[in-house]
Amino acid sequence: MSGNDHSAFEPLLTEEEAKKVVRGALPPGDYYLFGSDACVEGAIFAGCRYYAGYPITPASEVMEKAAERLPQVGGRFIQMEDEIASACSLIGASWAGVKAMTATSGPGFSLMMEAVSYAIMSETPLVIVNVQRPGPGQGYITSSQEDVMQAKWGHHGGGSLIALAPSSVQEMFDFTVEAFNYAEKWRVPVILLADETVAHMRERLTVRSKEEIKIIDRVRPQDLAIPYEKYLPYEGYEGDVPLMPAWGDGYRVNVVGLVHHPDGNVTKYSPEMHLACVERIFRKIENHADEIAQVEGSFLEGCRNLVVAYGTTVRSASEAVEELRAKGRTDLGFLRLKTLWPFPENKIRSLVGQLKNVFFPEMNLGFMLHPLKEALRDRVQQFIPVPCLGQLHAPDQIIGKIEEVLGK
Amino acid sequence: MKRYEIRIAGFGGQGVVTIGKIVGLAAALYDKKNAVQTQSYGPESRGGACKAEVVLSDGEIHYPKVRSADVLLALSQTAQDVYLKDLRPGGLLIIDPLTVVKEAPRSDIRVVKVPTAEIALRVGNKKFQNMVALGVLYQLTKVISRESLEKAIEETVPPKTLSQNIEAFQKGIEYVRE
Repeated sequence: MSGNDHSAFEPLLTEEEAKKVVRGALPPGDYYLFGSDACVEGAIFAGCRYYAGYPITPASEVMEKAAERLPQVGGRFIQMEDEIASACSLIGASWAGVKAMTATSGPGFSLMMEAVSYAIMSETPLVIVNVQRPGPGQGYITSSQEDVMQAKWGHHGGGSLIALAPSSVQEMFDFTVEAFNYAEKWRVPVILLADETVAHMRERLTVRSKEEIKIIDRVRPQDLAIPYEKYLPYEGYEGDVPLMPAWGDGYRVNVVGLVHHPDGNVTKYSPEMHLACVERIFRKIENHADEIAQVEGSFLEGCRNLVVAYGTTVRSASEAVEELRAKGRTDLGFLRLKTLWPFPENKIRSLVGQLKNVFFPEMNLGFMLHPLKEALRDRVQQFIPVPCLGQLHAPDQIIGKIEEVLGK
Repeated sequence: MKRYEIRIAGFGGQGVVTIGKIVGLAAALYDKKNAVQTQSYGPESRGGACKAEVVLSDGEIHYPKVRSADVLLALSQTAQDVYLKDLRPGGLLIIDPLTVVKEAPRSDIRVVKVPTAEIALRVGNKKFQNMVALGVLYQLTKVISRESLEKAIEETVPPKTLSQNIEAFQKGIEYVRE
């Protein structure tokens, strides 16, 4: 999208303000940034040049920043009529060869589910940021982790996708870059499961250079010199991921939502081809879970009791663990899930041994406890949810639960 | 510096979040401390309850919000009523006596009353109330350097109102110095 004059799309700035505009990704250095802004800057850094969205508290700040920044870097920003159109238009943008993103929250995320499913089937890379708010219904506008299951299972049909949970302003940047990398590499929608706290938080952000952060772009058939007549739009190459040309590249572009053959043909249906089609788009993520999913453990040696957390809750949980360890509870370990989907079962099992108790604070009624129970089914005596709705857990709430079970 | 927690609360529109933003910016970028600022407000666009928090530390900051505040800056009666309990014993309560009229029902804290809105009016506009409060906060805590705060003010406020903002900040400092 270069060579066009984008000034017509920019808001009117004073001369002073215009001088400060950064016409590209943020240069390396230290910044003090708002979480939502860091997310948009991460997207731009990763090469995102299209944003379509519809505002909703507490995700509107992502949209505001995108509206300001995308025209400045030669990208496009569109406010759509609703979230359905927003998500659908990302699919179009992505097939035009552009990295695309939107941001929303609970009710809007529900509306996007049909497009998420279509993107999974058509193997369209895109990034959806869900700045989670409590539900059900309109719920409230504060912090929540109630959409973690919806992110994985909310769309109709099978298939799989990737979801990440950031816990700091730095990670709002880093994980957004990663989200785009995953989307491009695996040709899949990636969900950034943020929440109100981290999206509305200001913290120091260190931006590293382009040399230090790897940016992944989708592999196109022309990159592998595939002859036009030999190109099959839905045949998995390395890692089961098909090659993706853009409209206008010369290759046949076949955007398919129906069950299809590797050549994109939707006729000649058979249960065998159905299985092969859907099984591959499931397998390309789930069979590579060890490569995709990330966890981080601390104090795991000699650990008999474990606290598990993800997203912003990591901040409360790690504070609680360090405080209790300082008070002498040295059998307390900490595990942090950076990736929620695919669920990092093997990695978790490789990190922990036999445990007495697992405490799991979540800003929901204990949703991720289910895959965790499945992963550690033979290793743990007792799983203890520590729910909190509408706000981030105070460390004392987690400490209180642990002391209630283990004694002071 | 170990963990130091500042809570600023008032009505939406008083510039409560701006104070938090400036304190965090000054600490994180210019004083090279770790600083996390969070905020919360209701669904109202103005007039509702509004709160900003800044946690400062030389070490890593895990929990980003206030656990036991070292300072509470209350610019509304509700702010004092709701958040006084989280102020640590020996902590500092800064209030504007024009809006916070009830005495704080605690004897284990230090209370400083500053007519921030009135001082701001003398600078030219009640809008500068938050800068007066910031000056007071600086002078009474000295947790961040004055140079860093002034740099952060310059970075944050519209250039047209910079001199008045700085003047209000200085008036706040002078008021509690006397």
